[in-house]
Amino acid sequence: MAEVSDQKTPKSKKSMSMTATPATRVLATVSVGASLVLLLLALIVSPADVVQGDAVRMLYIHVPSIWVAYGSFGLTACTSGLFILRYKRRADRGRHYDRIAGAAAEVGVVFTGITLFSGMLWGKVTWGSYWQWDARLTTTVLLFVTYLGYLALRRLPADPGVRAKRAAIMALVSFVNVPIVHFSVDWWRTLHQKASLSVGRRPEITGDMYWTLMYSALTFTFVATWLMIHRYRVIRLEEMRDEEMLQQQLRERRSENSL
Amino acid sequence: MFHDALLVARKDLIIERRAHVVLGQVSPLGLLILVVFGFAFDANVELLRLGSAGLFWVAVLFTGLLLVQRTFDVETEDGNLDALRLSGFLPQSIFLGKVIGLIVQLFLLEFALVIGLIVLFDVTVVDWLLFLAATVLGTFAFSVCGALFGALASGIRLRSTLLPLLLIPVLAPVLLAGTRAHEVALGLSSAPGWNWTGLLLVITAVYTSLGLVSFGPLLEDG
Amino acid sequence: MPSVVDFSGVIALRGQYPVLAGLDLCIEQGEIVLLRGPNGAGKTSLLRACSGLLSIASGKASVLGYDLLASNQEVRKHIGFVAHQNHLYSDLWVRDQLRFRALAARAHDGDIRSICDRMEIPQRLLQLPTESLSAGQQRRVTIAAVALRRPRLWLLDEPHAGLDSEGRDLLDSLLQDAAKAGATIVFASHEINRAETIATRSISILGGQAVGGTNVS
Repeated sequence: MAEVSDQKTPKSKKSMSMTATPATRVLATVSVGASLVLLLLALIVSPADVVQGDAVRMLYIHVPSIWVAYGSFGLTACTSGLFILRYKRRADRGRHYDRIAGAAAEVGVVFTGITLFSGMLWGKVTWGSYWQWDARLTTTVLLFVTYLGYLALRRLPADPGVRAKRAAIMALVSFVNVPIVHFSVDWWRTLHQKASLSVGRRPEITGDMYWTLMYSALTFTFVATWLMIHRYRVIRLEEMRDEEMLQQQLRERRSENSL
Repeated sequence: MFHDALLVARKDLIIERRAHVVLGQVSPLGLLILVVFGFAFDANVELLRLGSAGLFWVAVLFTGLLLVQRTFDVETEDGNLDALRLSGFLPQSIFLGKVIGLIVQLFLLEFALVIGLIVLFDVTVVDWLLFLAATVLGTFAFSVCGALFGALASGIRLRSTLLPLLLIPVLAPVLLAGTRAHEVALGLSSAPGWNWTGLLLVITAVYTSLGLVSFGPLLEDG
Repeated sequence: MPSVVDFSGVIALRGQYPVLAGLDLCIEQGEIVLLRGPNGAGKTSLLRACSGLLSIASGKASVLGYDLLASNQEVRKHIGFVAHQNHLYSDLWVRDQLRFRALAARAHDGDIRSICDRMEIPQRLLQLPTESLSAGQQRRVTIAAVALRRPRLWLLDEPHAGLDSEGRDLLDSLLQDAAKAGATIVFASHEINRAETIATRSISILGGQAVGGTNVS
């Protein structure tokens, strides 16, 4: 439910129509700069793998993406939990937490998608097939679909307060579901002896590769944070627009009396 | 709390007795799905028998989804959910009542499917105890998840297309565990089967607690 | 003694639309209050807000001593709500329907019999599926189901709609007896003449606000 007050929101039209602030501009510059350096490190400086050759460079996209995605979904779960605990007592009815949860889930889904896509390409090159029914891949694809469902729930036509509450419950349930899925799929693949878990050798990550990977994770975190802040602000702007419409409708509603 | 839960479940079961949705529509649909699998596998009985455990749970999954939908549509028609919210029942009682109602209706459905499995796919149950335990626990897990997500999607437009998307990723471990346990019970695999019933028990416990906690906020406003 | 309904500056939203736009209202125990106003004035929303079904976005609201902003769940079990919809399961027999509501309210089969006599619902109807009843008969069953709850606050939305004149008389006397026994009644109606014969007070609702009331003797 939107914050309802009789005062008009004291912000000028101009400042409302932007989502960038000096701080996020700095963050944007850092993100873009770091990404350029990452290209250099990943494609030129770091060595090719002894066995996998240049295909190993997929590592610097594939692995940090899923780390960032896990972090985002963790953030969604935390803020959803805070929403459930506090929405009754907060003046904004928990909208702040709801916005963070939504923005984080969107970013998480994008990065999970990147992981899956890069993983499939990598798999095609090293395993010879796009897909392996191993525990990690299967869990990741279910994770992807689960959070797509969460985002679909957030887009449904419903009262904002009701929708926020249901989304929060869904986020918490999804968070609990991830380890259950992972455990069961893991068990499934290890109990079946005939399926071999490691087609293709995992590269040993040391030296330059290790540092490039760590640097890549840092870069991805910057980019994700930057995206999240902007998504948060766009969601807030949408809500402020709704709030303005609400104030106008309140005035019109009240003027029905004097007709 | 349990008294009211039983009241809700009893009401749902009387509705089923009057309307015959499970017996008259959903169970025949389940059998039809088994027949369609026969077409898909070119009536290769050996292949069907090998896959029978999985096909059983896939049939349960899709027909069970219809049941979950139905059990909450009953509440949405004629504003009944409002009456239920005003009833003074604890939200937890309503959750448990819906779960119990679903369990009983799913048992009816699964009974028909097991008969179909034995007749159409030529399977023999070698370990009845494991077979029953896995079926019962799988049904519990299914019903608990179904009740939670049915309520989550209830009263929202476009829910009938959303519910499967939300529910199937959550039911994936149930499907997996039920299938693996049944493979053992049907003599199709020699892996340890009882572990999987343990997993089903854990899933049931986890989602029961989640449902008990979240039904309050879910029924607060609609 | 505190008022049964005490609203001040209540704003309630449906989606992003303010159905209640700063409503002030005070209703004492034993009153029979008629809400009047054109379509879309907010009568139904006011009744839903009182019942705890519609969340209140801001303002102060207490019903039967429960603060609705803190929790809107506790008050619900004391409410008898006759809405536009009948709240009946179409597949259930009338008897199953009433028994479910009775058991939920800890009432007995004897209570079902006496309320059916009171609303003149014949025994033969009890064995029929609800959907085979006429609109007026379904309305009587709905009112009987609500009466089984022995509510402390009755909220009725167009309760006379669909009832024949005999049914309306039965409902009016049921409400008057309930008020005498200490219950409070709030109802919305467009049939002002009939409604004013039982109401002790009438309040006009317009644009999501209460715009004035008159006492009716």
